[in-house]
Amino acid sequence: MSSLTAPHARYLSGTSRDERLWLLFAVAWCLVLFFAMYVWQAIGNQKTPIESYRIEPAEFRALTQDYIAAYRIGDVQGIPLVTPTEDGEAFLAARAFAFEPVLQLKKGESVRIYLSSYDFQHGLSIQPLNVNFQVLPGYLYVVNLTPTETGEFGLICNEYCGLGHHTMTGRIVVVD
Amino acid sequence: MTTASVTHPQGVAALFRTCRVTGYQVFTPVQKLIVFQAVAAVLSLATGGTLALLMALTRWEAVGLLPPELYYRFTSAHGTVMLVFWIVFFEVAALLFGGTILINHRLKGVAVAWTYTWMMATGAVLTTVMALSGHANNMFTAYPPLVNHPLWYVGILLFAVGALMACCHFVVQLWTARKEGVVAGPFSLVVYALLAAAIIAIWTLLHGALAYIPALLQSLGLITLDPAIYRTLFWGFGHGAQQINLAAMVACWYALAALTTGARPVNEGLSRLAFVLYLIGINMGSMHHLLVDPGIGMHARIINTSYFMYAALLGSLIHAFSVPAAVETAQRARGHVKGLYGWLVAGPWREPGFSSLMISLIGFGFIAGVSGVLMGTMQLNMIIHNTLFVVGHFHATVVLGTTMAFMGLSYYVIPLVMKRDLALLGMARITPYVYGAGLLTLIAGMMLAGKNGVSRRSWDATYSAGYLQVDTLSTPIITFANTLIGIGALVAVTGGIMYVLIMVGTVFFGRPSETPNVGRLGVVASPAGPVSDVTIPEFDHAATRAQAPGTTVAVFVFLGYFVLMFAWAFFNLSRVGWGIG
Ligand code: HEM
Ligand SMILES: [Cu+2]
Ligand SMILES: [Cu+2]
Repeated sequence: MSSLTAPHARYLSGTSRDERLWLLFAVAWCLVLFFAMYVWQAIGNQKTPIESYRIEPAEFRALTQDYIAAYRIGDVQGIPLVTPTEDGEAFLAARAFAFEPVLQLKKGESVRIYLSSYDFQHGLSIQPLNVNFQVLPGYLYVVNLTPTETGEFGLICNEYCGLGHHTMTGRIVVVD
Repeated sequence: MTTASVTHPQGVAALFRTCRVTGYQVFTPVQKLIVFQAVAAVLSLATGGTLALLMALTRWEAVGLLPPELYYRFTSAHGTVMLVFWIVFFEVAALLFGGTILINHRLKGVAVAWTYTWMMATGAVLTTVMALSGHANNMFTAYPPLVNHPLWYVGILLFAVGALMACCHFVVQLWTARKEGVVAGPFSLVVYALLAAAIIAIWTLLHGALAYIPALLQSLGLITLDPAIYRTLFWGFGHGAQQINLAAMVACWYALAALTTGARPVNEGLSRLAFVLYLIGINMGSMHHLLVDPGIGMHARIINTSYFMYAALLGSLIHAFSVPAAVETAQRARGHVKGLYGWLVAGPWREPGFSSLMISLIGFGFIAGVSGVLMGTMQLNMIIHNTLFVVGHFHATVVLGTTMAFMGLSYYVIPLVMKRDLALLGMARITPYVYGAGLLTLIAGMMLAGKNGVSRRSWDATYSAGYLQVDTLSTPIITFANTLIGIGALVAVTGGIMYVLIMVGTVFFGRPSETPNVGRLGVVASPAGPVSDVTIPEFDHAATRAQAPGTTVAVFVFLGYFVLMFAWAFFNLSRVGWGIG
């Protein structure tokens, strides 16, 4: 007999002690893995953002431009530098091939970022934290961030979005 | 025990031969089909491997081989040619093999089989030509609104319909074998595993049609696809396909364990249950790819990504015990009883099937499986999504695991089906090690780079041509990781070339023989198929002593490592510091 030949007609013969022990631990581990996600989502400090809405790319673009015009405090190499609104909201747009605007956040203050794309799918990757989100045109993803350190944080696009993909960058600045 | 004193219908009997090495009744018209599919697979692997080398030498900054357009073009082509063509051609070869030779059955509908074989070949060539000529630079995923050329989709669809027909054909084969009494009792475990793979494949390929037909229409400008809906449909196909690869790989594990050590399943029922668990997870797992996407609720994410409480993982944990335990009991029956691991040390490490099995099994468990579960944990996904870590993970699953296992099986199937000696046997003995060492280096480099923020699918790891600079991506550790990728690729591709030479050598120049030399086997021929050349005692289910002590210790060590990695990953997530939610 082997794995390559047919077994006895009755092959449900029960399990041995080592198998039962292993199965017990395996099932327990599967359950731990499963409930860990619920637990972390309830008490962890880094939760997966869930809140999202549909939005037409054109509408998102208009809202972002209005927001930039209203809250612009300067420029970073020609790209608008913008603070969150009084209510702690901000827009972050991905387009081929840049993120705009440069957001200036305050350390310890939570900001509600409305993330979407004007054109293609992109990936928002915040460096060097290495925190990553998918950006879809037509969908508004609400990402809440609370920076805990000051400095400049690079943004790169990590979803292929065309031949300029590897030039698509942006920035978040965190001040005291 | 069912003995295959098969009586074939009049006129068909003449088309059978008895394999002198395994004892199987081989329906000779199927031989050419199997070899055709296998050769198509190996040609795909050779094409994809060539591209892989060029790509890796581009990622290695010190070489920086290709310009951006070619990098993206070849990455798109590599993904398609490897993940779709190499893997599926091989799987169809395995289904043709399993649906006939492994059950001593004739192939009903040889013409049908040739039809889908040619559909697949035509589709593969069309798609590859479109990709290599720069008409499909948007990756095999081609997320809308990006699209590839319509003919690229036509090729993929033609190939997929062919593959779908092949899977259905396999199911029909098993059914007629049963109906005609060719197989009276249960199917062997390997055939059962292939059936699980085929069922998942049928479901998955139908999903593929749901994604690729609308995508074709979009590329013709007829409709506009919603990005989120497309991603959901696409990964219903793309992830399901990985479940096929998993089931097919485990089928190879059991087959290789049997061929090289004579191993028999220690618990037929439990191993089968594990495959049923894969089927329960059939429509799940697809959201691994959507864990940080907008548009999906929390419960949907958690339940889908965990295959509803990790049903599929439980299946794999069962195999993680059953496969080594089968080898252990067989080896102990051979008299290798010293200590916990004397049986392992004394394994036939010079046989390419055994080394392939072990590298695939250990590599899949410790690297691919664990990293996959971590990445598929909803929150942990945030710190790896779309980084090169993901690419490292799936080169551990589908290359170190599946490809290695497929290669291992082909060292036996091709010579036996063709009745030729395995060419370059001496080289075959070291090929799994060369390929494995290269892959380990490649995967280590990819995972290290990804952990440090390097993006996948990017020509430039540092984004230095970006308008705003990202200094943290220009660090020595990233340079080191990229160098590992380059060196690993050089070694792995060398191993790949050795494998291709062995296969091509066997098919075209192998010495014809009624008892092909495939190295040392742990089985002898019998009318039912290959059986162990030693008597292996059954597991004593009442015993209180461990029946496979080495394996029992090993799986618990593995579990401990798994727990540590899980804790470490959450520690890394918490070290992000920033509040996210
Ligand atoms: C010698 C062996 C191999 C090497 C050196 C290699 C190397 C690479 C590299 C460098 C990338 C591109 C990473 C990026 O920029 O995102 C890649 C992507 C990929 N590889 Fe491989 N690879 C090998 C074998 C395979 C095999 C055998 C398979 C499948 C069975 C495979 C499947 C893929 C897939 C699906 C992608 C993703 C393409 C995409 O992002 O669309 N590779 N590989
Ligand atoms: Cu982008
Ligand atoms: Cu991009």
